[in-house]
Amino acid sequence: MTETTNLIFAGVGGQGVLLIAELTARAAVRAGFDVKQTEVHGVSQRGGSVESHVRFGPEVHSPLVIAGQADVVIGLEKLEGLRYASFVNPQSGTVLVNDHEIIPGSVANAAERYPHHALDFLRDKGLKVVALPASQRAHDMGDGRIANVIMLGAMSVLLPRVPKEVWLVTLDERIPAKHRTLNLKAFETGRGLASPASNPLPFPTAVPSGEGEGRGEREA
Amino acid sequence: MKEFLLGNEAIARGAWEGGVKFASGYPGTPSTEILETLARQYPEVDAQWSANEKVAFEEGMGAAIGGLRVLVTMKMVGLNVAADSFMVFPYSGTNGGFVVISADDPGMHSSQNEQDNRYLAQMAKVPVLEPSTAQECKDFVKLGLEISEQFSVPLMLRTTTRLAHHKGLVELGERLEVPQREFVPDAKRFSVPIYRTLLRPGVEKRIAALRAYAETTPVNRAEWRSGKAGQPPAKGSLGCVASSIAYQYVREVMPEASVFRLGMTHPLPPRALKEFCAAHETIYVVEEGEPFVEDQLKAMGITNVVGKEIFGVIGEYSPERIAKAIGLNVPDQPDFSKEITVLPRPPMFCIGCGHRTVFDSLRQLKVTVAGDIGCYTMGALPPYEASHTTFCMGASIATAFGLERAGHGRTVAVIGDSTFVHSGIPPLIDAVYNGSSLTLLILDNSTTGMTGQQSHPSSGKTLRGKPAPKLDLEGLVRAAGVRQVQVVDTWERKEVAKAIRSALAYEGPAVVIATGPCMRLPEMRLSERGEKPYFIDEALCTKCDACFKVWCPAITRTALGFPIIDPLECTACTVCAQVCPVDAIAPEGGGCP
Repeated sequence: MTETTNLIFAGVGGQGVLLIAELTARAAVRAGFDVKQTEVHGVSQRGGSVESHVRFGPEVHSPLVIAGQADVVIGLEKLEGLRYASFVNPQSGTVLVNDHEIIPGSVANAAERYPHHALDFLRDKGLKVVALPASQRAHDMGDGRIANVIMLGAMSVLLPRVPKEVWLVTLDERIPAKHRTLNLKAFETGRGLASPASNPLPFPTAVPSGEGEGRGEREA
Repeated sequence: MKEFLLGNEAIARGAWEGGVKFASGYPGTPSTEILETLARQYPEVDAQWSANEKVAFEEGMGAAIGGLRVLVTMKMVGLNVAADSFMVFPYSGTNGGFVVISADDPGMHSSQNEQDNRYLAQMAKVPVLEPSTAQECKDFVKLGLEISEQFSVPLMLRTTTRLAHHKGLVELGERLEVPQREFVPDAKRFSVPIYRTLLRPGVEKRIAALRAYAETTPVNRAEWRSGKAGQPPAKGSLGCVASSIAYQYVREVMPEASVFRLGMTHPLPPRALKEFCAAHETIYVVEEGEPFVEDQLKAMGITNVVGKEIFGVIGEYSPERIAKAIGLNVPDQPDFSKEITVLPRPPMFCIGCGHRTVFDSLRQLKVTVAGDIGCYTMGALPPYEASHTTFCMGASIATAFGLERAGHGRTVAVIGDSTFVHSGIPPLIDAVYNGSSLTLLILDNSTTGMTGQQSHPSSGKTLRGKPAPKLDLEGLVRAAGVRQVQVVDTWERKEVAKAIRSALAYEGPAVVIATGPCMRLPEMRLSERGEKPYFIDEALCTKCDACFKVWCPAITRTALGFPIIDPLECTACTVCAQVCPVDAIAPEGGGCP
């Protein structure tokens, strides 16, 4: 099973979960692997929980990742990271989470019941959890929606079997020209955020001064 | 050349390569992307959305007996709608190749029930192919067209959600240009009800010929890893009979096991299966859905079969489900929800969705509401909880009629424009005819929203985005005999509420058409509409929280307790501004609304 890389992408409909899953799958194809990806379309995209599985290696049969075998569970939102963390390999995997909260809209008293301490909870379970301020950085860059590609950049550091050049070519190919510069910048930002991770923690916590100020209160 | 394709994209490619000239269907998860791909990428195929699956099937049937190669697509419950023609078409048989996609949804990701359509195919005496990879999705469409022509029979290609919505590498081929076959008018063949007794034996002959074909087709094959053909089983030897995506799960978790891989699951090849099963001590039958293959194996007298008693019939299969069922040591997935609140995140109405005002009104009116299939099923969820039944396409109106007859007062039916066209028109005619006083709300968002914005007869566009005659819903409803018909702007919340109250008070059937395009349509982007997001002026805001009561997800609270609208999410639907008592909400850069 070690020959196959197993990835779970999770987030909230509209965050671009499926886009970064597809970019990852295409990068793995370009790197010469057999690849399968799966996701559920339709109703789950209406602001609901969204997940995608990507598996690559010499030969891949099932598109679904087996629980406990994911090398990386990437959560674009904290609660969604928690929801899918049970897929991670407890010995060798990483739960990579965007430290960002989106309160479910169609659940009673969701704001009061939201598990703000989810990441500490997962760490207490002995899982390797890496939290990154991707949404914060995305706001600082002027577009909150780019948080997904920041997280993709961070994840790419954890997947050395796909070289950086392959990621860049894949982004270049799939992202429309007018968004390309911002996406490449976001990808590099993510790589920068994650690189100290392999050393390992801590991460830079200081937000660059200037344009980002005052944005954080919206997260409340 | 290999491409990384979605199962549904591969099916579209297979249709194109296989020389299909006509393709029709009705949107339904997990089948929708097939026709969308044909429309986007393959101009040689005349592809269209039809009013419903029965219409799509019959158009395809006509094109096929007219000599073309045809693909018809639908989700599994769509085949219920088309079942009338599906059951009778095999009597005449086809002329050009005819493949119908039945996209089944084990686990009910986007469906109201679980339904294994192989039984429908068995009932109709129609052959079934079940691919297990994206590559096979493409190849089996081409093979299906050939089988269809060789045996003059319509063919079902059954996918499941996981297959339709997974991506894998697919080797591409060239398009085969197939000459149109000649249509020879023949009442004895094509006027089935009159000549049914002449045609009936042919149906049996055809299925017998297909059974013989199933013995030799390369898509049914024994992959020997343990055990030997013609040898008695070694002790403990294990074989699997598997189809569809479950075959991949078997390969994943039992790499050492022999597998009889069924690419064609109806009719089954008894001789080959008996030989395979006799060479193993135990045979696992791994098929998602019902024990369709398993029960037939047992009926063939094969006794060493283990299937649904360990794998189960309910829900979607997964590699770990298979592994656990056969007793492999798979660690349990930890269940964190016992120790921490893992809040659910069900889907909800989009920001600015025009359905919100309708369900807000219904919630306050406390009437009995029969819903239908579409995004508006979410009207049953908090915070609205204002939709009380949903069954299947078009059921709202007749259900509301029945509830009315059962004494639940003036009932309300809620249906979208696409679903109304699909199957809402006969029940409305019936309600008028039988003297109902129900209120029908047609939520006209100019698209088939739930499945991802597909065009339909009242959207004014074709599948390929070309202008089309736009069905006049108001005129149609009036022609059905409804006297009170009101058309309102769905974002004018007071107007919506007033219209619904007026309809409920009316003696006789009444219709409210709430119009406003789906916010996910490209033309509804703020930049396309030339509008600006709204903002809340904190100097005027009294923190009365009225704007929170429109439940817009774009409105959150600042650290100081003021409401704030996310400018990236706001759709300028104006509903929050309508409820603000102090006019503190206005478009950016503009004055008061």
